[in-house]
Amino acid sequence: MKSSVITFPGSNCDRDMDVALKKFGFKNKMVWHADAELPKSDLVVLPGGFSYGDYLRCGSMASKSKIMQSVINFANSGGMVMGICNGFQILVETGLVPGVLLRNKYLEFICKNVFVKINDKKNKYFKNVDNEVFEFHIAHNEGNYFCTNDQLKEIEDNNQIAINYCDENGKIEDQFNPNGSIKNIAGIFNKEKNVLGMMPHPERMIDTSLSGEDGSLFFKNLINNLK
Amino acid sequence: MKISVIITLKKDVLDPQGKVIHQTLDGMGFQDINEVRQGKYFEIDTKETDNDKAKAKVEEMCKKLLANLVIENYKIIDPK
Repeated sequence: MKSSVITFPGSNCDRDMDVALKKFGFKNKMVWHADAELPKSDLVVLPGGFSYGDYLRCGSMASKSKIMQSVINFANSGGMVMGICNGFQILVETGLVPGVLLRNKYLEFICKNVFVKINDKKNKYFKNVDNEVFEFHIAHNEGNYFCTNDQLKEIEDNNQIAINYCDENGKIEDQFNPNGSIKNIAGIFNKEKNVLGMMPHPERMIDTSLSGEDGSLFFKNLINNLK
Repeated sequence: MKISVIITLKKDVLDPQGKVIHQTLDGMGFQDINEVRQGKYFEIDTKETDNDKAKAKVEEMCKKLLANLVIENYKIIDPK
C-alpha cells in the first residue's frame, strides 16, 4: 500500500505520520506543497501543524497551495484522503468536508489525551475495527467544530459523523467535550466517506513506551481495509 | 486604487474573543455595552483603475480566500 504525506510550510506532524505509516506497512512518500503532481497513492494524508503560521484562518492558505488541486481531484475520484488536526482544518477550507473549525470555546490551547467513540463503521477507515472507543491525543487551538443547521442535518442524515468526544466508556456528553464542538464532533467524513478529517492524532499513539497503542490499532486496521 | 474589506462573524456564530473583550471592557468600567464582536479589516491596493472592476475582483477574493462564508460575512467599502 502506498501513501503520501503532504508537507506544508509549518507542518510539524508530517514526520510522525511518516513513522506511523511505515511502521504498519505503508510505503510512504513525503510530498512538498509546491509540487503539482501527487505520486500514485492509496492514501493521502494532510498532517497536523501550523501551516502558513495559521495566518488568516487555520488551513486557509494551505488549502490553496499547488498540490491541493491534485489532492482535491484525487478525493473527488474516490481516493482516500485523511486530514489530521491542521489537516482537518485544511480539508474544511477546501470544502471537501463540510463545516469549519473555530477557536476553542474557552480560548485555551488544549493538549491532552481524550476518548473518542466511533460513530460509523461502514467505511474504509473504521470497518472491522474491534474497539468502539479510542484513546487519542489532541493538541489544538482551533478544534471547535461548527456548521450551519442545514449542514448539520445533512451530515446527520448521511451519517457523516466519524467520531465524537466521549468518556472511556463511550458516553457522549457535554462534560467530555474539550473544545465546544457541535454534538461533540471530533471527526467527520465527506458524503462518500473516502475523505476523513479529525482533530485527534492517531500517529501519536503507536508505541506503548511513548503514549499508547490505540493509534496502532487504527493504522493496522486501516492498511488491512485498503488491501 | 485602495479598497477596504471588513470581515465579520455571522450573527449565530460564537465569538469567544469578542466575549472576553466585552467582559474586560465591562471590568474597566465600560458597563453599558450590549455585545462585542471581533472582525478583520483588509486594505487592498490594486493596479485596477476601474472602480466597478476592482470591486468585482475584491468580491471574488472575499469569496475565494478572505472570508469563509460558512461563518463570516464580508463588506466591501467603496473606494473614495
